[in-house]
Amino acid sequence: MTTVDDVAPELVESFETTIGHHDRIEPRDWMPEGYRRTLVRQIAQHAHSEIIGMQPEGNWLTRAPSLRRKAILLAKVQDEAGHGLYLYSACETLGVSRQQLTEMLISGAQKYSSIFNYPTPSWADVGTIGWLVDGAAICNQVPLCRTSYGPYGRAMIRICKEESFHQRQGYELLMTMMRGTDEQREMVQESVDRFWWPALMMFGPPDDDSPNTAQSMEWGIKRHTNDELRQRFVDMSVPQAEALGVTLPDPELRWNEERGAHDFGAIDWDEFWTVVKGGGPCNAQRIAHRKRAWDDGAWVREAATAFARRSAS
Amino acid sequence: MNQTHDANPAHEAGSVYDGLLAGEADGHWAFGTSFEDPLAGVDTTVPEGVDPGDLAGYCLMLGDDALVLSHRLTEWCSNAPDLEEDVALANIALDLLGQARLLLARAAAADPAVVPALPDGSPVPPEDALAFFRDEPHFRNVRLVEAPTGDFAATVTRLFLCACWRLALLERLATSRDQVLAAVAAKGVTEVTYHRDYAARWLVTLAQGTEESRRRTSTALASLWPAVDELFGSHGVEPRMAAAGAGVDPATVRADVDAVVDQVLAAAGLERPQVPAMSGVRDRTGRDGLHTEAFGHLLAEMQAVARAHPMGMW
Repeated sequence: MTTVDDVAPELVESFETTIGHHDRIEPRDWMPEGYRRTLVRQIAQHAHSEIIGMQPEGNWLTRAPSLRRKAILLAKVQDEAGHGLYLYSACETLGVSRQQLTEMLISGAQKYSSIFNYPTPSWADVGTIGWLVDGAAICNQVPLCRTSYGPYGRAMIRICKEESFHQRQGYELLMTMMRGTDEQREMVQESVDRFWWPALMMFGPPDDDSPNTAQSMEWGIKRHTNDELRQRFVDMSVPQAEALGVTLPDPELRWNEERGAHDFGAIDWDEFWTVVKGGGPCNAQRIAHRKRAWDDGAWVREAATAFARRSAS
Repeated sequence: MNQTHDANPAHEAGSVYDGLLAGEADGHWAFGTSFEDPLAGVDTTVPEGVDPGDLAGYCLMLGDDALVLSHRLTEWCSNAPDLEEDVALANIALDLLGQARLLLARAAAADPAVVPALPDGSPVPPEDALAFFRDEPHFRNVRLVEAPTGDFAATVTRLFLCACWRLALLERLATSRDQVLAAVAAKGVTEVTYHRDYAARWLVTLAQGTEESRRRTSTALASLWPAVDELFGSHGVEPRMAAAGAGVDPATVRADVDAVVDQVLAAAGLERPQVPAMSGVRDRTGRDGLHTEAFGHLLAEMQAVARAHPMGMW
């Protein structure tokens, strides 16, 4: 492993100058091993989240109640596969192959966003995921468009644009249901009740319990702390919930004039850690699904490789 | 490290978030949020000499083929052998779903009597009433599109057979006297040309790949082949629509489709299976509303949510 001690001081200086100027590090530039490792972990986790995230929404593709919504949902889930592709490609510039990353996802060596370990028992969840889950993802991801690693930052620009479109589609879906029947309004409220707290957990543990944050911010990989982003998300969501006509399931949620921000109730971090550590309602199912798709497709990938080899010779 | 960018965090809230969250125009998106009626602004007058009931019945046939095949392809989502195939299959499913929406809407506009009755005041649009509130015997799709999805070999084989056939139909329909059908067909030709290309490439790749992939491809071809004959049967409406210059009698495209199929099978080193055609029941087949057992399950799944909320707005 290359450590800072082993390399020419001008390389280290060049890296630090680039970071200091908030410029981009590119794949051929020298970078500390820890920086590379942190990026691989973060980008891979992000890519895996896109791919695993296809499942909870894909759950409703064959049952969408209108053809227009079916088309919107299918296009969205397809976008997620596309995001996974860009991100795996960004990760490959750091010297790890997509196949290795997929295997690390399946073996549990790498993680994905815990939000996808919650089930989607209701059609309204398709809208709620768009509104709250994609909304939280955008808050997390927009700052990453300025992240210090070039291929990641550039992938994030396109991803953020598409995510914001998904968020509006999700919100519009819920808005339409709210204009429908009483049963439909109940479906929306019930879904928001289930997803609000897990969405707040998407920003990760509180700052005083987030071991990687300081180094990541120093390297320009991360630009805001978990709690800053969480607050921004809450402040953004409150007026949207009011416009929608749903109640966010938090009796302590209120505007704090002094802070110029909303106060909100305590997050159940025990639940968060239970789900992160594999005990969520869908952890096993999500990985088993991905493993099955990967294993079932092995003969196809082998056939394509064999065919390409024969055609080249 | 050659790209400099604005890194002042103070600019962030002012620019990036605004761009994402403010109301941008949706026009450049394929499925903009304001896109409600697939035939909005289109003149749906039925041309003289074309029977509205026949036109509606014919659109249902082609629309149901697309809808049901799209459903089967959608089942691949998150299950494909690799991400590129996930993207491609979803893309093809989306194309077919788009064709289905236009054709079902065209059917409803030509002859509102084909649309199932819903409670007074129901906001369900005609395309959805047709997709979600028709019972099995009223679906007009051929049986080939409803067969269970099977493995990837079965998927590309079916897609190949369907695309060869549909492309031949759409190419001729592009000159239909019904302007709506002609426009739908012209758009569809570009799409289905890609579907055929995608499926044909995979068919050759799998047939020439490994022993395992070749075995699976031959099995798929043999199991789907019995349903091919039905694609070229004429079902009353079609010859009448053809005579009126508005439709295509599928019997007339057989030679052209056979030629393409044989060419690709030859490249794949596969033989046409020697298996008997799947008969109908008292001569009734998919076009007559006589379907396979798998189809009821497909419909039960597809229609469940919509049927639970006949007054629902989605």
